[in-house]
Amino acid sequence: MQTPQHTRYDGVAILLHWLVALIIIGNFALGLYMHELKLTPWKLQLYSWHKWAGVTVFLLAALRILWRLTHRPPALPDTMPEWQKAVAHGGHHLLYMLMFAVPVTGWLMSSALGVQTVYFGLLPIPDLLGKNKELGEALKVVHEFCNFGMAAIVFGHAAAALKHHYKDHDGILSRMAPWVR
Amino acid sequence: MKILVTLALGLAALPSLAAEYAGFLPGKSQVDFVSTQMNVPVNGRFGKFDGQIRFDPAKPAEGQARLEVVLASIETGLDEANAEVAGADWFDVAKHPKAIFESTAVESLGNQMFRIQGKLTIRGTTQPVTTEARFTEQGGAGIFAGSFKMNRKDFGVGQGIWGDTSVVANEVEIRYQLAAPAH
Repeated sequence: MQTPQHTRYDGVAILLHWLVALIIIGNFALGLYMHELKLTPWKLQLYSWHKWAGVTVFLLAALRILWRLTHRPPALPDTMPEWQKAVAHGGHHLLYMLMFAVPVTGWLMSSALGVQTVYFGLLPIPDLLGKNKELGEALKVVHEFCNFGMAAIVFGHAAAALKHHYKDHDGILSRMAPWVR
Repeated sequence: MKILVTLALGLAALPSLAAEYAGFLPGKSQVDFVSTQMNVPVNGRFGKFDGQIRFDPAKPAEGQARLEVVLASIETGLDEANAEVAGADWFDVAKHPKAIFESTAVESLGNQMFRIQGKLTIRGTTQPVTTEARFTEQGGAGIFAGSFKMNRKDFGVGQGIWGDTSVVANEVEIRYQLAAPAH
């Protein structure tokens, strides 16, 4: 008996991937923009929105992990060398880790700086850390570091997808973007 | 002999009878506040202040308190916020360096609780405030601990773009602990 080889991710995985991608890119840009601003009510509002978006990424990433563990993704094509498969898997693992590390470091940093995260202004997320200015400043650097790490890996991830599509023509991109032929 | 015993008893009873407190102990005192940003309570504190308390728990109505808070000593937790609230839209510390509280009446509510009425001056505006405080005596000090809520805009604190209270709320809670040595 032959199992039909599925050639793309399922609809839920695709929806979650692009939704999270959109929020991450938007929130990364927002973070870059807002931290340079002079202190105004607008800035405080942007910080709240940034945090809410971060909590959303965290929740969606958890959903993605659950989905990924219960739904097998399509296998990578045999035309791919082993080392490329290894790099792809490693990169995906790092992306999953950073999808958690970025919001978590942001949340810890907020707690240490004394501004609790309250999801949509309604649901207070408990502070794991007490107010501590030095720790807050240190966590700011860690949050920044995780973000630039994320940006670098997302760039590599997108570049690899485009390379597979335009150079290798091996259908890798359409596994996650079935509208691309 | 009888006189001596009476005297000795009187002397022994003296410290508790003469529990009057006067002066100020900055090291045992604290002036904190809680403001609200988009539904999120944010705690802060003033690092420098001085005061004068005169209080005898047996005669509360004669009690007096005065507190001067150095507004530039505010610690919000964020340097840029410290600088902002010292500026002209907020406390305008260049022109009004201190907030001053002066009591006008003290009454006992029983159970070591006291209601203190007074005048609070910030940015040149004076408003009446009322606060309830618990008074405790420990280690040679008398300590008032309590809180009250005030509206920052009643004092013109947070003007211009900050006048909109949807991001930074109007109401601010002040929490204090003020100590005076036994006299």
